[in-house]
Amino acid sequence: MALASTHTGDDFVTIWFLRRLAYVLPILLGVNLLTFALFFVINSPDDMARRHLGERHVTTAAIADWKRAHGYDRPAFINADRSGTAVVTDTLFFTGSVRLFSLDFGRSDGGRHIAWDIRQRMWPSLAIALPVLILELIIAVPLGLAVALLRGSTFDRGLTLLCVASMAISSLFFIIAGQFLFARLLRLIPISGFAEGWGAIKFLLLPVMVQVLAGLGARVRWNRTVFLEEISREHVRTARAKGLAETRILFGHVLPNALLPLITTIVVTLPGLFLGSLITESFFAIPGLGSYTIDAIQNQDFAIARTMVFIGSLLYILGLLLTDLAYAWADPRIRLGSG
Amino acid sequence: MDVDVAIRALSARLARSLRLPMRLCAAWVATFLLLPVALPLAASEPWNAPYDRADRARAILYSTFQTPPRHLDPVSSYSENEAVFTGQIYEPPLQYHYLKRPYELEPLTLKEMPEVEYRNAAGRRLEEPVVGDEVASVVYRLRVRQGIRYAPHPALAKDAAGRYHYHALSAQEIAEADALADFAHTGTRELVAADYVHQIKRLAHPDLHSPILGFMERYIAGLGELAGTLRDARARSTAPLDLTKFPLEGARVVDRYTFEIVLKERYPQFLYWLAMPFFAPMPWEADRFHDQPGMAERNLTLDWHPLGTGPYRLIENNPNRRMVLVRNPEFRGEVWPSLTGGNGPLLPRIDEVHFMLEKEEIPEWNKFLQGYYDTSPIAPDGFEQAIRFNARGEPEITAEMAAKGTRLSVATRMSISYLGFNMLDPVVGGNSRRARLLRQALAIAVDFEELISIFGNGRGVPAQGPLPPGIFGHRAGKSGINAKVYRWQHGRATRRALEDARVLLADAGYPGGMDPATNRALVLHLDATSSGPDTKALFGWYRKQFAKLGLDLVVRSTDYNRFQEKMQQGDAQIFTWGWNADYPDPENFLFLLYGPNGKARYQGENAANYANPEFDALFQRMRDLPNSRERQEVIDEIVTLVRNDSPWLWGFHPQAYALEHAWMDAAEPNLMARNTLKYRQLDPALRVKLQARWNQPARGVVWFLAGCILGLGALVLWRLRQRTRAMIS
Repeated sequence: MALASTHTGDDFVTIWFLRRLAYVLPILLGVNLLTFALFFVINSPDDMARRHLGERHVTTAAIADWKRAHGYDRPAFINADRSGTAVVTDTLFFTGSVRLFSLDFGRSDGGRHIAWDIRQRMWPSLAIALPVLILELIIAVPLGLAVALLRGSTFDRGLTLLCVASMAISSLFFIIAGQFLFARLLRLIPISGFAEGWGAIKFLLLPVMVQVLAGLGARVRWNRTVFLEEISREHVRTARAKGLAETRILFGHVLPNALLPLITTIVVTLPGLFLGSLITESFFAIPGLGSYTIDAIQNQDFAIARTMVFIGSLLYILGLLLTDLAYAWADPRIRLGSG
Repeated sequence: MDVDVAIRALSARLARSLRLPMRLCAAWVATFLLLPVALPLAASEPWNAPYDRADRARAILYSTFQTPPRHLDPVSSYSENEAVFTGQIYEPPLQYHYLKRPYELEPLTLKEMPEVEYRNAAGRRLEEPVVGDEVASVVYRLRVRQGIRYAPHPALAKDAAGRYHYHALSAQEIAEADALADFAHTGTRELVAADYVHQIKRLAHPDLHSPILGFMERYIAGLGELAGTLRDARARSTAPLDLTKFPLEGARVVDRYTFEIVLKERYPQFLYWLAMPFFAPMPWEADRFHDQPGMAERNLTLDWHPLGTGPYRLIENNPNRRMVLVRNPEFRGEVWPSLTGGNGPLLPRIDEVHFMLEKEEIPEWNKFLQGYYDTSPIAPDGFEQAIRFNARGEPEITAEMAAKGTRLSVATRMSISYLGFNMLDPVVGGNSRRARLLRQALAIAVDFEELISIFGNGRGVPAQGPLPPGIFGHRAGKSGINAKVYRWQHGRATRRALEDARVLLADAGYPGGMDPATNRALVLHLDATSSGPDTKALFGWYRKQFAKLGLDLVVRSTDYNRFQEKMQQGDAQIFTWGWNADYPDPENFLFLLYGPNGKARYQGENAANYANPEFDALFQRMRDLPNSRERQEVIDEIVTLVRNDSPWLWGFHPQAYALEHAWMDAAEPNLMARNTLKYRQLDPALRVKLQARWNQPARGVVWFLAGCILGLGALVLWRLRQRTRAMIS
């Protein structure tokens, strides 16, 4: 409260923002440390070298050369051969982390420039994820409102049943069934593939549809719950008593007040937009970042795996930051500085 | 009635009855009415075609790849999935004859096969026949054909004054380029002997990490020294290394079209290496171009943008989506190989090859069935749909697939998949009679015919020894069976009865599988990698096989890296392993049992750590012999010896089943050659016709679904309207 008495509203936002930013660094450091430890528990630099050199006729000298060239000849955390700060700084963890935190992702263990690859592959991922998000909102919000309004009706029960079923079924089933039905049996759209520009639309129809269907159940159920809670509030009852039109009540009173939980679910999914969907991209041969990460793990490419985990964490943290800001925007009762 | 008027009337009625906005109802009605008109219009071609309409009638071969290639630089590339591309782009000096069997090398860019000269320690030429001990060096003289030219590439582009366009680019110019196509000029030049020498030096380049450097250092004179020199130079400076300034004793230019490779010792199999992309030519200009600062940051590397003299060049390298090879306009035009000497058509016969990324088998298989891939392996889920076994147990295409004109080709791979014993292990290893009898008993008990049937859908040939069919030294029929495991009955090899194994086991000191030291079933350990539910079933099957003899098999499944570690340290007891031939010579299989190649002691490829001086002596003799009766006799001795010692349960040779559509020419499976695309031919007109027939869209269903959706939407809105009214009232 002392802050409230001495600072303006803008100051609150600035202080809050800086405080949250200060959390970012240790979280990212922790994530990086965890990734590093987990990766090297499973893959030793020797394993990586052998994998990259092709397994056959590989000599210890070739492995040593490869490790030296890629910096994996350094100790992981402590360099006992050095003195002073170099004990810590001349290590695999430190040198790799410093580059990551300066957003210099460097080159993959296979020699590719990672930032360049990410720039190329983020667009196909976005080309699926963005329409999926928008369509889910367009469909799930009205459907959520409709079932909330028709609560207890056959429509409500039927749709709830469908939602629960869709939540219970694996997304892989939706993919395979969608490919079989629409592409193989009905022969309406290509099974898989991708193209540049507008040509991508016909390839995106099925994956987008499948992802929307796979995610719709959970979203509609969530929206229904939120809207039901809101509909039962007194201000809605008052509005009805005043004789307001139902559409006005829904869009003027229910929807704005239900925005808060809706925003939470939307913002939290934002990092996923960029990072892509692992299974969908794989089955539909979409050259996005999801398959980039999977390939890196399969190829034991630590440089890429670490970068993707880092970016994912960063985006997630930023997403949560945005959520908080959006809360304040959506609900005047919430003030950033007071927390 | 006018359509516009009809839509309006219908919309107005709908709006009145549902009490909805007029515009919304009009949009619905228009969509509903226009759909049946629009759908047939859009149906002039299959809707599910994944390719550009303009490409449909062109001679483009559509194939797939599952794993993106990591290296396309011939010095680093060593994987099968990369050879699919590099084999079409690069031209090493030799190639495998497309039709001849057993596989035979022939000149590709050379005028004739390399001339081989043996020299003694004094450097004097030795006359044939040459005795192994006298040979101090071997000189291969290679004469390159004139008039072979590189595919167009910016690295070779020159201006009118003869200066290279792009060898001194500014940072700005490089920053503006995303692909090689962004460089306006391209050039070409003739292939010369120096390009081959340059490539051999590249094997030693410290930044390129050639996987065969360590191996070739043993043979090519001075290669190890050059690698050391270059490593030192790299340690001193990060500047690009100009290989033209570093001589190599074992690779030298004789004249513009002739070069020599000098080996430190006799290694007749070296010729096979000359058919691999490691020895494909690379112009120095390519290194100069790609070594410029900033190029790697744009991913403009040789690893990504290969340059060769082959029939195709890579114009699109997007391993996340597709790789596109197009005909190299500078290709000299090779003639179709003939066994009879007649003139065939000029190669290559297909204009373009599109490799599409398909990570999952199901979509790949379905697209093949729709005709959008020209060839395909058989997906496990599609096996029964595609293949049936006839009364003789031979695979045949099913009637459904045959009706579509699909063809099946079957070829036994030049590989072996086996169960190995660690010969350093005190229980199953070593040369004691006890251990040998134990291994022989297991060789009978583990029924690989059953394994092939259950886990491989019949796609394999039980191995009778280390050599697969098609390799010199392999004997087929009665004379080729492993008498320790099989009998010849009714004209075929029949596995010996389990009773024979039990007798051997008892003789080994384990009657009924009991270990006299513990008075319990002898416990053995199988080390293997686990890669999914299938492996669990496989492990269960192995346990069952050992249990037939009363033995207790414990499976120690682990991840790939831990398994490799165990193998490196010689800690495994029994293990699963395999080998794909580098080249079709018995040496490439028998060296897997050569003592000095032991994995644990010498980090070689002898995973079983088998060491038998008798074998080693025979192997050394066999290695230096040309394919001849004498060599066959030595191989027979070797095979008999290892069958008796049984360091492996010989396992099986996998078979490759491939399907092709009717529009593809009937191809001769050649599992050694990697440059076979140039021989393929297809009929695009037939493909268009059949694709259209197989992919007629279900328009009625679309119409029905659209109706359902619109109807459901209307119903919901109507119910909402009713509910609202009820609430208000």
